[in-house]
Amino acid sequence: MTENNRVPPNDIGLGHNKTKLRTERVNLYYEAFQALRDISLEMPERAITAVIGPSGCGKSSFLRLFNRMNDLISGARVEGRVELDGTSLYESYIDVVELRKRVGMVFQKPNPFPMSVFDNVAFGPRRHGKKNRAELEEIVERSLHHAALWDEVKDKLEQSALALSGGQQQRLCIARVLAVGPEVILMDEPCSALDPVATLKIEDLMTSLAEEYTIVIVTHNMQQAARVSDMTAFLMMEQDRAGVLVEYGTTSQLFTNPRDKRTEDYITGRFG
Amino acid sequence: MKARFGRSRQLSQRTAFGLLILATIIVVVPALFIIAYIIINGAGTIDWEFLAQAPSQAGKAGGIFPAIVGTFYLMLGTLIFSLPIGVLAGIYLTEYARDNWLTRLINMAIMNLAGVPSIVYGLFGLGVFVLALHLGMSLLAASLTLACQALAMIITTSREAILAVPKGYREGSLAVGATKWQTVRHIVLPQALPGIITGAVLALSRAAGETAPILVVGAAFFMSGLPQSPFDQFMALPYHLYTVAANVPGMPKSTMWGVALVLLAVVLCFDILAAVIRLRTRQRRYGS
Repeated sequence: MTENNRVPPNDIGLGHNKTKLRTERVNLYYEAFQALRDISLEMPERAITAVIGPSGCGKSSFLRLFNRMNDLISGARVEGRVELDGTSLYESYIDVVELRKRVGMVFQKPNPFPMSVFDNVAFGPRRHGKKNRAELEEIVERSLHHAALWDEVKDKLEQSALALSGGQQQRLCIARVLAVGPEVILMDEPCSALDPVATLKIEDLMTSLAEEYTIVIVTHNMQQAARVSDMTAFLMMEQDRAGVLVEYGTTSQLFTNPRDKRTEDYITGRFG
Repeated sequence: MKARFGRSRQLSQRTAFGLLILATIIVVVPALFIIAYIIINGAGTIDWEFLAQAPSQAGKAGGIFPAIVGTFYLMLGTLIFSLPIGVLAGIYLTEYARDNWLTRLINMAIMNLAGVPSIVYGLFGLGVFVLALHLGMSLLAASLTLACQALAMIITTSREAILAVPKGYREGSLAVGATKWQTVRHIVLPQALPGIITGAVLALSRAAGETAPILVVGAAFFMSGLPQSPFDQFMALPYHLYTVAANVPGMPKSTMWGVALVLLAVVLCFDILAAVIRLRTRQRRYGS
């Protein structure tokens, strides 16, 4: 998009937070299809940034730039710069495994592994070489506390994670991410498979997590973006179905005083 | 008009239903009949002597112990040579190989290999293992030959079992910084294992019943003792059945049915084992 859609961090009310994630003129292609076009924005540290937009506009693809999950799709190609703490992520020397320890991800459908609650949370630390049982127990308890799940599962740590409710499963997945000590948590429509009560719990959890972590959430639920996020980015498809950034700003500004006509149309429900 | 239309729909519904039931009966009844016939005619022959003694008088007297043990050895050898390679190939083809024309060609070739007539595998084994590699007519050559045949089926079923593991599990694992191999080792394989084992057991049960390939690479018509090394010849149940049924004049009918019953029991045991494994893992996954 044009230059005037780019918002420097000092204009957005969170000037005291330094930039954690940044994209600069990013284009994403799947083979010949362009999924994202010329996206530039800066996301502040220890804040919640929401990415909203109609279905198929590339929200999830955008989110997956930051932990390089798009790499898994053959034919995916990124142009431009994607940064974490000023370091470019799409370089040959970047260790994707280390990156994913720093940038965790929670998926649309809760995906606990078919193993016990304890083993789910301990999965990441174990893969990174932690074998000491006492140390693992401490990590599991801390992560479950952090994910506001400890009180509900402390007596069933050895039971199958698949026996938990959907909302509990999603918080377990959040605990699983927290256990590897990330700095950023990417959430891809984390509540779309949950009922309203479970959704509220996750939203409360996000708010408390944002004190320590940088959170980016993709959501098709505008009320949710308005409730939880500090910053909001609005993406839309162009004629060729490539996603573009229409507007980016503080959540209050974007929802009360959108600068772009298309943003206004979207948030007032005129399309999407 | 409307009523007649409704009646004709009902009629076609009944016809289809009847045809389906008829087809099922046509399949099931002969199978049950064969099994019952073999049991009725063979059960009288089965006793301790028949199972535990070596044959004498060209199989007309004595037992079939060497053939039972030979089949067991053969299964073991086939398992050793086919399962590890088959599973590793299945993992490579699903998780690591790029999805291009070469991979697709290989997958298609493997599926077609499963349909190659078994005597062709036998001739291949004779040419390669017995003659070119100088393994001679032996247990080893026969195991390798049957392993080649079992490989196709094991790779195919391993691929299907691995592909059936939900993508969400892989993503969840990779997203916490597990490597590709860690994801395969700790998430994909444990999930796919029941399917892999089921496929392997069925492939083995098929190999247990093969006569044609082992005929040309090492099965013996008669041995008084057991094979002492992998380079010895061996007796096997299906080949023994073939010889007593077709090549020995004056063979008591009851002996033939007895051998058939033992072979059937061995193969059925494998099939039941596969069913039990599948059932148990299904319970573990969906039950409490």
